[in-house]
Amino acid sequence: MTVIQPYLILSAVLFIIGTAGVVARRNAIIVFMSIELMLNSVNLTLVAFSAQLGDVTGQMLVFFVMTVAAAEAAIGLAIIIALFRRKQTLNLDEINILKW
Amino acid sequence: MSINITDFVASAPLMTVTLTGVILILVEAARKSRVQVSFVLTLFGLLIASVLAIVNYSNEQTVFFGMVRQGWYANFLNLVFLAAALLTVLLSKPYLERAGVHRGEYYILILFATVGMMLMASANDLIVVFLGIELMSLCLYVLAGFLRTKEKSNESALKYFLLGAFATGFLLYGIALVYGAAGTTNLEIIEAQVPDLSSQWMFLVGVGLLLTAFAFKVAAVPFHMWAPDVYEGAPTTVTAFMSTGAKAAAFATLILVFHQVFRFTESNVNDLIAVIAAASMIVGNVLAIAQSNIKRMLAYSSIAHAGYMLSGIAAGNNEGQTGILFYLVAYTLMNVGAFGIAGLMENEEDKNLQLDDYTGLSQQKPFLAALMAIFMFSLAGIPPFAGFFGKYYVFLSAVKADMTWLAVVGVLTSLVSVYYYLRIVVLMYFKEGNGDVAAKPAFPALIAVTCSALLLLQFGIFPSVIVNAVQKIL
Repeated sequence: MTVIQPYLILSAVLFIIGTAGVVARRNAIIVFMSIELMLNSVNLTLVAFSAQLGDVTGQMLVFFVMTVAAAEAAIGLAIIIALFRRKQTLNLDEINILKW
Repeated sequence: MSINITDFVASAPLMTVTLTGVILILVEAARKSRVQVSFVLTLFGLLIASVLAIVNYSNEQTVFFGMVRQGWYANFLNLVFLAAALLTVLLSKPYLERAGVHRGEYYILILFATVGMMLMASANDLIVVFLGIELMSLCLYVLAGFLRTKEKSNESALKYFLLGAFATGFLLYGIALVYGAAGTTNLEIIEAQVPDLSSQWMFLVGVGLLLTAFAFKVAAVPFHMWAPDVYEGAPTTVTAFMSTGAKAAAFATLILVFHQVFRFTESNVNDLIAVIAAASMIVGNVLAIAQSNIKRMLAYSSIAHAGYMLSGIAAGNNEGQTGILFYLVAYTLMNVGAFGIAGLMENEEDKNLQLDDYTGLSQQKPFLAALMAIFMFSLAGIPPFAGFFGKYYVFLSAVKADMTWLAVVGVLTSLVSVYYYLRIVVLMYFKEGNGDVAAKPAFPALIAVTCSALLLLQFGIFPSVIVNAVQKIL
């Protein structure tokens, strides 16, 4: 049995920082980085639970999350580049032909 | 333990669509291939998968080490997704040719998004729920930005991507906490433990986070802000697909996780869902009145429809499940139809998307106008169309669950919705048009909208066809 509380608290704090970043920051890339931070904080939670329960499912899920995060990064950055070519800006407040 | 052939046979519809997608990638890689080949192969693959789903219908079993559950529920919803995909593919060909972006990768993305939806409906493990949602969403992000030289489409894709990925974070954290509390991600094992778990705060926080993520995916208030922007900016055929297939898939998982596994009856969770449902109905319907763009109006109306369907989940009884599944069928047909007509009318980019452009349509395009009128009547929930029975069953379940107030809110907001749906009918039939609607009749798209309208009428007059199929799931 491992003591996992510190890891859970750390990952909860990281998750909240990530959420705050998504809500507060206006640069598309930084918002995207905050989302990645949220996903990685979840990975930490999963690994902690996995160690506590002595069960590999959590660690397996971490690999899936990392794979999906990589695919998401590829697609997200492609979308951001396509938009930057048109608008020359990454500020979400200026990306507003559709009412946000 | 090993994967054997029976696993593949039992999940034949899923495998067929996956295989079609992989074959299409190879076909596209061959340099001399033509897009028409991809179009035909896609239709062919989807049709075979539908046939297999019907053949496999009652074959109830869990496959792939208990990860995937096949049977009535999965196959019923597979048919809904396949129908949405088929209709979308038929609508897309003329639309994309007109926009000058008729390329094979579109069909590949549609196919893999469909695979994601089918995984969501057949999940027996939270990992599969996650993978299904992500497979679907990643394809849809790209599809939303498919007109990549158009600023609106780019913007729609970026918004959908950022908010979708944000919701994924909540979903995963929810899964992680449920895993920590239950010690497993298998839904059947969790189901057995729910009575003990429901007093643990960690489990309840996990459930709350899952609910947040699903509310994002179905575009329910207060997580609905992305829907109008994304639906307006995305190519119209893609909007048709994501407002029906993606929403149906999100509801499929929501029923699976909240209704079949967690089974919170008479609890605060159900009250919370009821409040979300009521808020979605009110906000969606009231804001839809103020819209002048047809895609935006339909986006707000889809928020309201998410609210109607959520009231079935809030009720938490079997009538609720029947109601939502019936509603999903009706909703898929009528929304694909309505967006399909909007796509047919949109002869150039951003032209003919205002409600005023529908003025006098009945004189110029009597057939299109008649179909649009059917979809509008059905969306408004007027008999004899299928939309009426969808609402009827959902509200009935709310009354049976002692949530009469929710049914009252539903009926009152439906009355509000009649105003903006019938406004289009009035414009089409009782106003003189200015006569610049030059939509060329596009054969595949006409087939798609006609089929949806006929099926709506069929299920509206004989709802028992669906109801009998759905009740075998219980």
